[in-house]
Amino acid sequence: MSHLSTQLASGQFVVTAEIAPPKGTNLAPALAEAAKFEGITAVNVTDNQGANMRLSSLALAAQLQQAGTETVLQLTCRDRNRMALQSDLLGAAAFGIENLLLLSGDHSKFGDHPDARPVFDLDSVQLLDMTAGLMAGFDMVGKPLDGVPNFFPGAAVNPAAEPFELMFQKVSKKIDSGARFFQTQSIFDRDALERFMAAMIPLNVPVVAGVLLIRNAKMARFLNDNIPGVKVPKVLLDRFDRAVDPLAEGVAIARETVGWARELCQGVHLMTLGHEDKIPAILA
Amino acid sequence: MIISELKPLEELQQALAEFDKLFLVGCAACATTCKSGGEEEIFKLQEWLTEQEKTVTGSVVIDEACHIMRAARDLRHHKNAVQEADAMVVLACGSGVQSISSTIEKRVVGGLNSMFLGNVRRFGHYEEMCSLCGDCILNETAGICPVTTCAKGLLNGPCGGMEDGHCEADAEIECAWRLIYERLQKQNRQGVFARRVPPKNWSRRRQPGRYRLKDGGR
Ligand code: SF4
Ligand code: SF4
Repeated sequence: MSHLSTQLASGQFVVTAEIAPPKGTNLAPALAEAAKFEGITAVNVTDNQGANMRLSSLALAAQLQQAGTETVLQLTCRDRNRMALQSDLLGAAAFGIENLLLLSGDHSKFGDHPDARPVFDLDSVQLLDMTAGLMAGFDMVGKPLDGVPNFFPGAAVNPAAEPFELMFQKVSKKIDSGARFFQTQSIFDRDALERFMAAMIPLNVPVVAGVLLIRNAKMARFLNDNIPGVKVPKVLLDRFDRAVDPLAEGVAIARETVGWARELCQGVHLMTLGHEDKIPAILA
Repeated sequence: MIISELKPLEELQQALAEFDKLFLVGCAACATTCKSGGEEEIFKLQEWLTEQEKTVTGSVVIDEACHIMRAARDLRHHKNAVQEADAMVVLACGSGVQSISSTIEKRVVGGLNSMFLGNVRRFGHYEEMCSLCGDCILNETAGICPVTTCAKGLLNGPCGGMEDGHCEADAEIECAWRLIYERLQKQNRQGVFARRVPPKNWSRRRQPGRYRLKDGGR
């Protein structure tokens, strides 16, 4: 059983972080970065994040597992059809990867290969269903597996999405399809998080709140303009505009968000994008 | 109808470089309606070709260029002009071009890019609403197609990129799943939200598509 699953089951507040595979074959920086993480339960390994082509998340996650770092393998439906998704999941299990974050994936038009044909043969609900099937010992067409994977499947959610009921029906479907935990899109709005958690509590599935370290106003505006589902509110933009030391302000904001998560959620997922040294301050 | 547009002229120029005498073919169906291959466009093409110092031996606008037998028949009515030409230039969708290329030995140059099966919103505004998936879900989705009008073709509700009800892939467009949700609410039914939709059976859309009426159409 993965540490992530046991800690969530025992009600311990978990902290996950995130690491992106390199563009190229040089794994050394990513492995060194992962070794520096402290107090982290597991590290998400992103899958062609933002639709930018990188080394496969499976390859880096496998190396990290071997180096003793527990990972959460991210897998999107954008770049693989149902056969490739199943093979990759079986491959992940062979490398001892248990935690999964199963996603639809950002549209290819956002990334560095906008001419690519997006796949989306499955959606995230169907991907979760298929994973549950593999764990039960069968592939998607019902053929038995020789060696059955043991996964801890997770899903993503944007708690601030509107209309709320429309977003939430998908959350329910994901739980019915075997999602055992959620990692959220970056949280900026306490009210939205409270409303979401109120709806989640009866369902008894742990929620790990996404906390993004924003460096400055420019980055905040870039996120608003370019990253789907990320909306940095005006109050925060104003704080960055006023701040003498915007990075320190970003750390302060992230620490406040972690505070909300400690009250309302079962963990935090820290997206520090190169500022891993700030993690202790954010968790302080 | 099939929405198509004229290829960039530089591309056409290159494709026609080796030919002097050309016979032009348009289509009276879709390509006429979306103003890419009707009488008017054939006339404009002829003018442009004359500027390029090409000879146009003749032209015809076929009723439905996608009808292979009718296309062949219409061309036979222009036998001499066709024979005189070095190549045919076809302003019709890819189907139309292939009707012509399958009935004639001559080189065939397609002048259009075919884009999608489109609805006409108003004159000159076309929208793709169906991508011919072979396994229609519209009855559950309040008549709004998620396979086509959701940028990712998702079947179980919106992705995390939906922002203020708009699509992550194009902020000008409303999220298909929001529209489905709202219309189902108005109709007071759960529709597709009542179940987890299983993975799509894409074998229904295996290419190339083939279909025959069971009684031969009689
Ligand atoms: S589900 Fe959509 S793409 Fe498929 S046949 Fe129906 S309208 Fe067309
Ligand atoms: S925002 Fe809506 S329409 Fe756009 S890709 Fe996501 S689910 Fe599909």
